[in-house]
Amino acid sequence: MMNIVVLAKLVPDLVEELTIDASGAALDLTFARWIINELFDDHAIEQGILLKERSGGTVTVIAPDLEGADDVLFTAAAKGADRLIKVRSDFSAANNHAVARAFSAIIKGFQPDLILTGVQAHNDLDGSAGPLLAESLGLPYVGYVSGVALADGKFMVKKEYPGGLIAEMEVTLPAVFGIQAAEQPPRYVAVSKVRQAMKTSSIEEMDASDLDLSGAPEIERMFQPEAAAHAEMLEGTPEEVSAKLVALFKELGVL
Amino acid sequence: MSQDIYVVIEHLRGQVADISYTMLAAARELSRATSGKVIAVLLGHNAKNLARDFAADQVLYLDHASLAEFTSDAYQKALAELISKDQPRAVLFGNTSIGADVASVLSMRLGLPLVNSCRSFTSEAKFISQICGGKIMAEGELPSPTALVTMVPGGYQPDQGKSVESPPVTESAVPALEALRVTLSKYIEPESADVDISKEPLLIAVGRGIQNKDNIELADALAQAIGGVVCASRPVIDQGWLPTSRLVGKSGKHVKPKIYFAMGISGAPEHVEAITQSDTIIAVNTDPRAPIFNVAKYGVEMDIFELVETLTETVKQAK
Ligand SMILES: Cc1cc2nc3c(=O)[nH]c(=O)nc-3n(C[C@H](O)[C@H](O)[C@H](O)COP(=O)(O)OP(=O)(O)OC[C@H]3O[C@@H](n4cnc5c(N)ncnc54)[C@H](O)[C@@H]3O)c2cc1C
Repeated sequence: MMNIVVLAKLVPDLVEELTIDASGAALDLTFARWIINELFDDHAIEQGILLKERSGGTVTVIAPDLEGADDVLFTAAAKGADRLIKVRSDFSAANNHAVARAFSAIIKGFQPDLILTGVQAHNDLDGSAGPLLAESLGLPYVGYVSGVALADGKFMVKKEYPGGLIAEMEVTLPAVFGIQAAEQPPRYVAVSKVRQAMKTSSIEEMDASDLDLSGAPEIERMFQPEAAAHAEMLEGTPEEVSAKLVALFKELGVL
Repeated sequence: MSQDIYVVIEHLRGQVADISYTMLAAARELSRATSGKVIAVLLGHNAKNLARDFAADQVLYLDHASLAEFTSDAYQKALAELISKDQPRAVLFGNTSIGADVASVLSMRLGLPLVNSCRSFTSEAKFISQICGGKIMAEGELPSPTALVTMVPGGYQPDQGKSVESPPVTESAVPALEALRVTLSKYIEPESADVDISKEPLLIAVGRGIQNKDNIELADALAQAIGGVVCASRPVIDQGWLPTSRLVGKSGKHVKPKIYFAMGISGAPEHVEAITQSDTIIAVNTDPRAPIFNVAKYGVEMDIFELVETLTETVKQAK
């Protein structure tokens, strides 16, 4: 019976326009929409549930108490997570060093065999949560993982290198893995199932110890990159744009 | 304590990765500001000759059978000892499958500050990091005493980190690498592919904006009409809508077609680093602020689904 913990980080949605606050050194998060670090943490949850289905065990999903956390946790429950935990603290200004220390203090108590998290998040300025958490717990870490199996009391993980090359690594238990992609695309759950999960499961709330922010660099200035160049925009109706594109294809010698 | 800049060289199966040279170039710029030396740190086994073309003042070579191939545990142990002993001003790692497994762990283990995703340094030794999918840059003073830094490509040309003269190589002590918790069992080669997108002259690339598997057909139809091949960004591949051999980006293939026609791709750094060698990039996106428009030569601010069928028809008629 494997005891699996998945750490779900929440990040500001990049689809919304990003603005820099009055200090000039941080994002203005007043109106940020916090969503799951979807590309990777969604895959971490999926990988956890796949492992549970295959080898037995329980999946605990733990998230910082930011707006949107309940959604993330109940969605995980609808997918098959057993235990949902929300950690209370002022996370909106926290860095990954602080998150890792705070979460490791809580996760230690669960005595997990396996901890999964997304390989990175787009706002990682001081390193990624996974390896920082692993070291806080004194556990081995492998990132860029796209497959986890348990064999003869050890984990066999697939670690990705560029160009599709995979390294199969053997890792002792317990361990922390940064998930790049689950073995299968994250399953879809209908809104009705999430609503049902809201009724049948509950979220435990825990308090984090004081956040220790050390280890991150100080930011003096944030800015939007000035593009060295910007595309020449082709305007018009779909027909007009198509005609312009075809002319361009001809000019470039591919038609 | 020294003012030297250490660069942790990345290599895989006998091949030095481009990011290593990019970092050597970055270290040169930084070392001018700190008045230190550029020191390449090479971990391996019988791998000394990899250092031949490093543009470094010195190479520290750590040789051990357990360092023959990259594993996180062995690299962390060997580097933790070296960094605590030498206390350089900064240590550069790639923000890659290798460097990212090591840098954050060492930051916690050694209590040293970490700067992630750095793209370049200023002449006053400030770092400039790229976050939020390339939409925001963050600048700050290089933290003290020893800054651990992970670097992304784009700020320096790898060629600037190469030298025709070989640097002096000094062997450095390796601590006992025992009871390793992570070991390499084997490499699995990439699955063979029907097409090699890195050699195709005309690529129709689709991103998350394509929405679902069925819509891939729209891109296929355009590719067929024009005589190109369909490829994709990572989310499309991870959904299983196209095979891994069609992945463009950091974890997939680098491409250099005559035309790269990108539909519904935002232009995240991990994607863009692999397409900048294209002759002409054309992007279609509903978001006028999408970073892909900063690398594209031509752009269309339009919904894919309003454009693609008309475009396919126009191409067919033009033939
Ligand atoms: C270690 C690591 C390795 C990675 N390797 C790779 C890699 O090899 N390749 C890769 O691609 N990514 C890679 N990524 C992921 C990368 O960070 C981005 O998440 C990814 O490139 C985003 O893909 P996308 O542009 O398709 O999706 P999104 O960023 O979600 O962008 C979708 C875009 O489509 C537009 N859009 C939506 N609907 C429409 C419509 N109807 N018409 C027109 N436009 C529309 C939106 O405006 C948006 O700009 C990697 C990430 C990590 C951490």
